[in-house]
Amino acid sequence: MTRKMDATTRYERARERVLNGDLDRRKFMGLLGAAGAAYGLVTPYRALAQSVSEVRFDGWGGVVSEALRANAFDPFTAETGITVVDGTFGGGDEYLSRVKASQPGEYNIAHLSGVFDYARYHGLGLTSELNEANIPNLEYVIPKLVEVFRKVSDGSLSCVPYDYGTTGLAYNRKHISDEEMKEKGAKILIDEAHKDKIGGWSDWRTRMWYAALQTDQDPNGVTDEDACWDAIRAHRDLALKYWTSGAELMSLLAEEEIHVTEGWSGRIYALQEQGHDIGYYDPPNGYGWQECMFVLKGSPMEACEELLNFMLAPETAIAVAEGQNYPPALDPQKVELGDKIPTLPAFDPSGTLEGLTFADPAYWNGHEADWSKTFGRVQKGY
Amino acid sequence: MSSVEAREARQPWILLSPALTAVGLLLFVPLIFIVVYSFWLRTATGADVAGFHLDNWAEALTDAFYRDILISTLRIAAITTVVCALAGYPAAYFIARSRGNKMILLLLLMLPFWISYIIRTMSWINILGVSGAINSALMALGVISEPINMLYNETTVILGLVHFLLPFMILNIYVSLEGIDTNLEDAATSLGATRWQSFLEVTLPLSLPGLAAGGLLCFVLGAGTYITPLVLGGPTDAMFANLVFEAIITQLNWPLGSALSLMLLAVLGLLVAIYNRYLGMAQLMKGLG
Repeated sequence: MTRKMDATTRYERARERVLNGDLDRRKFMGLLGAAGAAYGLVTPYRALAQSVSEVRFDGWGGVVSEALRANAFDPFTAETGITVVDGTFGGGDEYLSRVKASQPGEYNIAHLSGVFDYARYHGLGLTSELNEANIPNLEYVIPKLVEVFRKVSDGSLSCVPYDYGTTGLAYNRKHISDEEMKEKGAKILIDEAHKDKIGGWSDWRTRMWYAALQTDQDPNGVTDEDACWDAIRAHRDLALKYWTSGAELMSLLAEEEIHVTEGWSGRIYALQEQGHDIGYYDPPNGYGWQECMFVLKGSPMEACEELLNFMLAPETAIAVAEGQNYPPALDPQKVELGDKIPTLPAFDPSGTLEGLTFADPAYWNGHEADWSKTFGRVQKGY
Repeated sequence: MSSVEAREARQPWILLSPALTAVGLLLFVPLIFIVVYSFWLRTATGADVAGFHLDNWAEALTDAFYRDILISTLRIAAITTVVCALAGYPAAYFIARSRGNKMILLLLLMLPFWISYIIRTMSWINILGVSGAINSALMALGVISEPINMLYNETTVILGLVHFLLPFMILNIYVSLEGIDTNLEDAATSLGATRWQSFLEVTLPLSLPGLAAGGLLCFVLGAGTYITPLVLGGPTDAMFANLVFEAIITQLNWPLGSALSLMLLAVLGLLVAIYNRYLGMAQLMKGLG
């Protein structure tokens, strides 16, 4: 009977021959070196050659990852035998940097935020082309969310929309009343009365968006940039800390290190569920965003499409949404979403999302290089 | 040269070859990539343009922003080093001169290395935070009625760095003190010096190489850190390594990030070269060993 010899068996046989004196040491070392070189050369291409047994997914960590793991990845593995290896990132910029340093196929699916991220990845040639016939559950998704991606990638899709939410104002009700929040709106983040109890995400887009609101400008069409930078400086001088992840945001609010910050709707809902008296308010023109499951170029497409279809199945998408506290991209006009989802912040029962203001990808990506650099300086006291 | 001599001459190189290969592949080759990258340019979309452009270097060397943050970084590293020296010397002296329980004390010194640096840094949030141990204790004792803001400033960054670097200082001074013959101190006292004088005139000068080695390690490691200011710093407490992180990760500007990282490497390399010129690397190797 013959059996396929793996690398370990091959090494053990060579070692045995050396110990028996059948192979001189020099030849053994030479073979070992050649094996190492061959392994190093072949490894990057293994993903293309072998049958797909795993797919890599990267997301935002915390309650979001937990919800995906429990409600989507584990059941998917049980059904298909394909393992989903999940990693986390602190933001789209950080993930893009990792992808840039990787081999094609190393990263497969990412939970990206905002159409501007999608457009940026498309601009860098990282988009794939999904075979939508393999994702029949795409029909349940809110059409507006799909179309905006199609426009960026010339009619095809490299992602499926998955959820949406807002970055609104989160405040500790022990120190800030609902009335004060409504009265001051975004300007509460530059209110001297809360000095050293203010937080903020160290993300240039969010800072610029809120600066536009604080200076009564349209976030998708700032006309007075200097006023915005001044507002960002004012916020910086009053802030205790710029947070860098959802976990840090929740910790700062829960520990009462800060009393007010802008925050992600799902994370704030999670804090409220934990019993913290944290209020959440979306100011007029508040920051709305949609997230998608993006498949990178070079990924095993059929396995990824199978996973995306599984994730979009209403029972899965609803369970994930209830776990991560962000409304799913499923159209409420087509799918019954249960009891909890209609109570989540930012939920739109009409499925039109007319009430949310999204970032214009062309506008924000056009300013990315300049504003991200300037914010890096302003953030540090300049 | 006889064949035996030739073999003996080759042997050290053969033995060193795995280490040299590792250093070459994992340090020098990436360093060459970084040097090459520093002359490339980043386009508006985030893609890199290969070529030989001096723009990144011109920006890194002439922009006051980078200079100021570099000076601030060196200042924070210097303060950290001084605090480590002041706190570490008595501890190292105590361990070196203790009898019987030296191994236990050394083991206690090494214990923090068993815990992740990030977790050690984050532990200060539970100690100094608004609902942390100190505020809770002070409020329970009725000393304060409102919690004090102790976190997220330059002092907490220095505290975090001292926490991280103190064992390196203590170990270096300890190695140096261990090499000093205690009879020299006895001889000094028998010649009329007080204990304090014998320490100042004999022990301290002889332990200076260890102090300098610990100082160099603390300074270089402190100046190159980015986790501590990220976790324990406030909005304006960034250090130079944070700029490198931001250029590479947030702005996706690898060419500028490469130039900035080489700039920091050059400054710290210069410091190591000066140290090596006047004190030699042997003491540092002893401390690290």
